[in-house]
Amino acid sequence: MSRIQDKFRKLRANKQKALISYIVAGYPNEQGTISSVRGLVKGGTDIIELGLPFSDPLADGPVIQNASFEALKKGMSFNKFIKIVRRIRKETDIPLVLMTYSNLLYHRGYNKFLSAIKDAGIDGLILPDMAIDEAKEFLLEARKNNLDTIFLISPNTLPERIKKIADASSGFLYLVSVFGTTGVQRKFEDYTLHAIKAAKNIVSGKIPLAVGFGVSSPEQVKFIIQNGADAIIVGSAFLRLIEKTPQPKIEEKIRSFASDLKKATIYNKK
Amino acid sequence: MKIGYPKNGKFGEFGGRYIPETLVPAVEELEEAYLKYKNDPGFKKELEYYLTQYAGRPTPLYYAKNLTESIGGAKIYLKREDLLHGGAHKINNTLGQALLAKRMKKKRIIAETGAGQHGVATAMACAALGLQSEVYMGYKDTQRQKLNVFRMKLLGSQVHEVKEGTQTLKDAINEAIRDWITNVKTTYYLLGSAVGPHPYPVMVRDFQSVIGKEIQEQMKKLRKKSPDAVVACVGGGSNAIGTFYPLIDEDTEMFGIEAGGLGIKTEHHSATLAAGSKGILHGMLTYLLQDKEGQILDTHSIAAGLDYPGVGPEHSYLKDSKRVRYETVSDKEAVQAFITLAKYEGIIPALESSHAVAHAIKKAKKMSKNETIVITLSGRGDKDVEVVQRYLDKNVKNSR
Repeated sequence: MSRIQDKFRKLRANKQKALISYIVAGYPNEQGTISSVRGLVKGGTDIIELGLPFSDPLADGPVIQNASFEALKKGMSFNKFIKIVRRIRKETDIPLVLMTYSNLLYHRGYNKFLSAIKDAGIDGLILPDMAIDEAKEFLLEARKNNLDTIFLISPNTLPERIKKIADASSGFLYLVSVFGTTGVQRKFEDYTLHAIKAAKNIVSGKIPLAVGFGVSSPEQVKFIIQNGADAIIVGSAFLRLIEKTPQPKIEEKIRSFASDLKKATIYNKK
Repeated sequence: MKIGYPKNGKFGEFGGRYIPETLVPAVEELEEAYLKYKNDPGFKKELEYYLTQYAGRPTPLYYAKNLTESIGGAKIYLKREDLLHGGAHKINNTLGQALLAKRMKKKRIIAETGAGQHGVATAMACAALGLQSEVYMGYKDTQRQKLNVFRMKLLGSQVHEVKEGTQTLKDAINEAIRDWITNVKTTYYLLGSAVGPHPYPVMVRDFQSVIGKEIQEQMKKLRKKSPDAVVACVGGGSNAIGTFYPLIDEDTEMFGIEAGGLGIKTEHHSATLAAGSKGILHGMLTYLLQDKEGQILDTHSIAAGLDYPGVGPEHSYLKDSKRVRYETVSDKEAVQAFITLAKYEGIIPALESSHAVAHAIKKAKKMSKNETIVITLSGRGDKDVEVVQRYLDKNVKNSR
């Protein structure tokens, strides 16, 4: 069983939901990433998503775009990413998911890329531009390397296709909550809640359902969890916090915010 | 060799649909609509009407007598897409797609533009058909193509300056895709080149194929056979694929000309096929200019319309299958050709098209007088006179 699957099993046993937190590797720099990870772990994050920056992140809004460009400007690379993952693995056993864009895998070669990240300690991948229809080789190589493949579904994905995507997914299924790119959303509309319900019905407990894009506050976390999600993904809100926090204070600020979000995932169903 | 409607959107290994899941229903809806209407008599008739009455088709195949005689090789013909309404071949595609968008009941149209020609052609088609249009354009491009920005606004389009990334065409496409993801239910994305996820590359090719079809008919009338060679410039490659596709099974040599910029051994060019490697960008697998990590590179060309790190997937296929030869022409050679055509024929070509002119001049010299070579003059150069003037001022100063 993978670290991700094991984590969800344990959470289920304790009747808990998961907080998944996203940060960009190399932003604001290598040490800043390590500090952020420490804060996330101390704050109670269940799974960490590490972004490997790409020059053309077309599913991302301004906050993640900016963090990606800054990290690349400072020389973020695949080898540096591997180095960061190894440093994290020395400190914690928390499940680590890599999020990036397909070209970085295709260019290096699927197997070469995947075996290297597995060896460093990554547990699964999210590729927002890898539609299931093009994923044959990626899936094959990911299976060979025992990596979880986390695909995305959207509020406009048809039931038949949700089934197909869920079948190809392992670890968890990622529901994009809104029509839009990553970033801060003020209020969720009804279609998001319908999408959560519909997806839950279709996957019927076979794989945890995580909801992300536009989730930034404890109130929103609570709302989404109450409406049936097994996990909540928060990204841009962490990056905005990192952006405005002096480096020595990053760990504490991140810990405190993660802790607020984690608390919001815990509630008792009547 | 000829790939009709590509199965699974693939030209060999190239093309496909590497897109966020939110866009999958949108491209499926688009494909369904395109397949429904592409052979529909009513649709074809309406498109034909707008192409002839509004855009000015067919365009002449002009014998460039003075240029031919000055070179002393093959007979050079110019396919005059520069005479179309708006001054470029782009209108062939925007009319087709805007008519399709109307049938799909989409009221809001978005587009990206590099040099501004596709933005202008989109704004025109939308104005003519009563659609609302918004155009994304890299900030750097808005600065070097100010005239086109004003034209788009005049034609009723809203222009969004893109200040992310390299602030050129690639970033304008990223922003247009982000807008599309956000407004997917109401919005039609009118892509301007033969790039992007399936079905865009095949659809844009089909709408632009009117260029090659006319060349073939006109040449057969003149010479009783297809041309011996055709030359077109390649950025994303829409005028080139429109020129090549109908002639693929003919005995015609084909040349796609990319922007060599300051030289393909430097970092300042846009020669994707000549110097790139395979990768995934903007929804397609194709040749790209990328670094050893797979990050997309900053490109350069004096012609904003060629300044793009990718290329249409069918061109990648035609390169690997060796049916088309892809060559490069530098900024300097393009400017020389710009001046040459103006001087000999009284025609100012777009800087993009000037790349094709430059190569054709070299090629014609090596051909016999009985042979024919056709240059697709994809656009007119009024938009470029300032850029050329600045280029000449700078280079004359430097050489002093």
